[in-house]
Amino acid sequence: MISMIQFSDVTTWIHQLLSSCMAPWLVFLIELVVAAVAAVVALLVCVIIMVYMERKVAGHMQLRHGPNRVGWHGLCQLFADIIKLLLKESFTPTRADKLLFTVAPVLSLCVSLLALAPISWGPGLVLWNTNIGVLFVTAISSMGVIGILMAGWSSNNKYALLGAMRSGAQIVSYELSAGLSIVTIVALAGTLNTGGIIESQANGWWVLKGHLPAIFAFIIYIIASTAECNRAPFDLAEAESELTAGYHTEYSGMQFGIFYLNEYINMGVVAMIASTLFLGGWQPFYLPFDFPLAHAFNDIMALKFMETWPAWISWVSLAWPLVWFFGKLFLIIFFMMWFRWTFPRLRIDQLLKLEWKYLLPLSIVNLVIVALFIVLGLHF
Amino acid sequence: MKALYNYLKEVAFAFVSLANGLLLTLKYFVTPWKSIITENYPDNRDHPSVADEFAGEVILIHDENNEHKCTACTLCQMACPNNSIQIISKQVETEDGKKKKVLDQWVYHLEMCTFCKQCIDACPQDAIKMINSYELSCFDRSTLTKVLNRPGSKLKEKAKVTPKVQE
Amino acid sequence: MENQTVTPSELKTEEFVVNIGPQHPATHGVLRVEVTLDGETVKDVLPHLGYIHRGIEKMTESLGYKQSIFLTSRMDYLSAHINNHLCALAIEKAAQIEVPARAKAIRIIMDELQRLTSHELWWGSCAMDIGAVTPFFLGFRDRERILELFEQNTGNRLTMSYIIPGGVMNDVRPDFVPKLKALLKSIKDYRKEYDQLITGNYIFQHRTQGIGVLSKEQAISLGCTGPTARASGLSCDIRKLYPYDGYEKLDFKEVIDYGCDNWARYVVRMEEMSQSIHIIEQLLDNLPTGDYRTKLKGVLKLPAGEYYQRVESARGELGVYIVSDGGAKPYRMKFRTPCYSNLGAVKPISVGMKIADLMANMATIDLVIPDMDR
Repeated sequence: MISMIQFSDVTTWIHQLLSSCMAPWLVFLIELVVAAVAAVVALLVCVIIMVYMERKVAGHMQLRHGPNRVGWHGLCQLFADIIKLLLKESFTPTRADKLLFTVAPVLSLCVSLLALAPISWGPGLVLWNTNIGVLFVTAISSMGVIGILMAGWSSNNKYALLGAMRSGAQIVSYELSAGLSIVTIVALAGTLNTGGIIESQANGWWVLKGHLPAIFAFIIYIIASTAECNRAPFDLAEAESELTAGYHTEYSGMQFGIFYLNEYINMGVVAMIASTLFLGGWQPFYLPFDFPLAHAFNDIMALKFMETWPAWISWVSLAWPLVWFFGKLFLIIFFMMWFRWTFPRLRIDQLLKLEWKYLLPLSIVNLVIVALFIVLGLHF
Repeated sequence: MKALYNYLKEVAFAFVSLANGLLLTLKYFVTPWKSIITENYPDNRDHPSVADEFAGEVILIHDENNEHKCTACTLCQMACPNNSIQIISKQVETEDGKKKKVLDQWVYHLEMCTFCKQCIDACPQDAIKMINSYELSCFDRSTLTKVLNRPGSKLKEKAKVTPKVQE
Repeated sequence: MENQTVTPSELKTEEFVVNIGPQHPATHGVLRVEVTLDGETVKDVLPHLGYIHRGIEKMTESLGYKQSIFLTSRMDYLSAHINNHLCALAIEKAAQIEVPARAKAIRIIMDELQRLTSHELWWGSCAMDIGAVTPFFLGFRDRERILELFEQNTGNRLTMSYIIPGGVMNDVRPDFVPKLKALLKSIKDYRKEYDQLITGNYIFQHRTQGIGVLSKEQAISLGCTGPTARASGLSCDIRKLYPYDGYEKLDFKEVIDYGCDNWARYVVRMEEMSQSIHIIEQLLDNLPTGDYRTKLKGVLKLPAGEYYQRVESARGELGVYIVSDGGAKPYRMKFRTPCYSNLGAVKPISVGMKIADLMANMATIDLVIPDMDR
């Protein structure tokens, strides 16, 4: 990246400013809170866009307008919905396990938010720059099933229990192939650090330069992560024509709202991981070829021509990686929505068959091939 | 080997069939101006797409002289399956001293009407017809009971002479 | 404490009962199905009726013949024309009323259009029960085009009250034939989209093929009719076996499939839509001119006796049994509705399947709840 101002410069400047007037522990605390709030707010903005996008995508794919009553083109519909959810009573069924029933949505929300920590949003813009970044996300995202099982069990509802059990079987199974396809890229990049993985793609995204195995891994990851998010066609946990609403049948008000939010946060996290691993995160598009036209194209993509421009414009180049990162994020989310509004739902045994008979063997073979590529030095 | 070939063929078929469906929904998504079929209903009240023939509610036809053709024969009342028509007639004395039955109130219970058009079919005078009004809902169901003959309206004289009036 | 070893077969498992309905997205009405589940597997299915019983048969006894026809639209609201047609035919047979040729042709066109709307709606809701929501809107889009035509020509969209003893209520509009021709052309185009989105879909095929097998013997013994039975290889099309109102002069094929499963029922209905279009096309080019109805007396009286009439509704054999004592009101009117008999097939084809298959089975049998309860 060429930008004259880096995110690390900004963060260092803030750190120095705070350190000049405060005790070190207070600085640390304030920075922690500010960073967490910034990440959560960024994600919530993403979720708002995602919900609006889902409604419009669904509407247009189903020959409808989508929301268009509240605000310009229905832009304020979500806020109206949030107000409605907040005003609504969060009803707890009489014979439900009250403690678990209340804890379940909060727990699953916390788990999904935790997965945000090691994500690299832009160059030097990472909450927790750890060397186990991707491993941490994988570990955390498989904990989401606990919240769902808790909700299903504590509701004292047969639909909810069935939905939770389905969800458990589904998430535990699809973790495997999602994990294996992540390992494929980790092996290629040689690091678990999200920033490191993205930097390794400066000369081309892994999905382009990783040959066929990387593409396979990408497809498998998209399928497996759609299943992990309980999105259609794998939405068995909340299959509305069978189980009415699955594990959150008994939830209402903001408790339901948290589950709804959670679904979108999960989608966001999964899409962030996919764009980090396969699509180069915040790296602009790069053609890994050696001829003049490709060079010119790569230079334009990386905003090389801005180097000679006045310094104040370089603030634009600060946002450029973010544009790429969120662009990729929403591209993958659009794909997931597209799947949801096209495909029929799988049956539970077909779902498990797909994982254990097709995706898992494929991803193991894929991993072996990638290992061979690396050993033989065939990759770029 | 054959098994592997069949396996790969199946996977390929699966992908092609799924991609086919995805193409269709993508087509709808990118061409909303062509594909959207829903109407912006409350906004297009001025030009609704309701056919003229739509059977919305029964009215008693009045002409410009505030005259209708109903002779209070109660055939419509008998034809109605739901008792949603009540013809209240009164005896009046004509100029030549004869007693005559005329319409007092043509009571229409819209809340009970199933729009079967039996009354229109039964009327020998073609005095009633159905209009294509829609938005019939209201907050008080008693407002759905309507008196169809306008105040001060009276029987059209011509209709008495030739009972079968062609439109 | 003793160390006990428990083998998986000794583990205590418990069956549990789930109420699917009366308010449930998959029952499309107020049917209550008591399902005994062992985990995901269906062990027993017990349908409960009566949530939408309106006593239509009893109500007819206090109404005249002409009036009671309009109640029948409320039985199977997705084939209202066909229900009206049934009653009109029965009354005409009893009172020996001659129907003009134009009325007969219009009746058949309306019947087949109604069959198209019903199957289009079924296609959408069947796909929705299997988990795809978008087809529902596609089905509704195409149904809407036909309903618009109904609205223009009959005045109503769902409960038309159009076919009456002696003919039809009013003549069709002058632009009926050209509009219908354009409509049939677009329906044929829409059929390609159906195949693209659902019929060819790998997931859908695997959700339906080999699921919900109803053998021919079972279909006969349970009294199944219509596409449900024809998908099991049983020839039971009333339009072929006991033709009425000129079906015998038309060229069409009775669609029979020997697959017996959900996929066969799907294919039969899809093919029936093509056959309906074919029937309408034959009638459109030479729609008879002349009167559209025979004027009847205000109060209709049937000679004393018993009368039975059957027609092929969108769901199967629809029959009416009228006992008349010679008066203006029927002594007894009994309907034989297809959904009531077809409902019996849900249990034998669903036991041992997964709960998701139960929904697919109920979807492909095409249950209309008010038709069962009357």
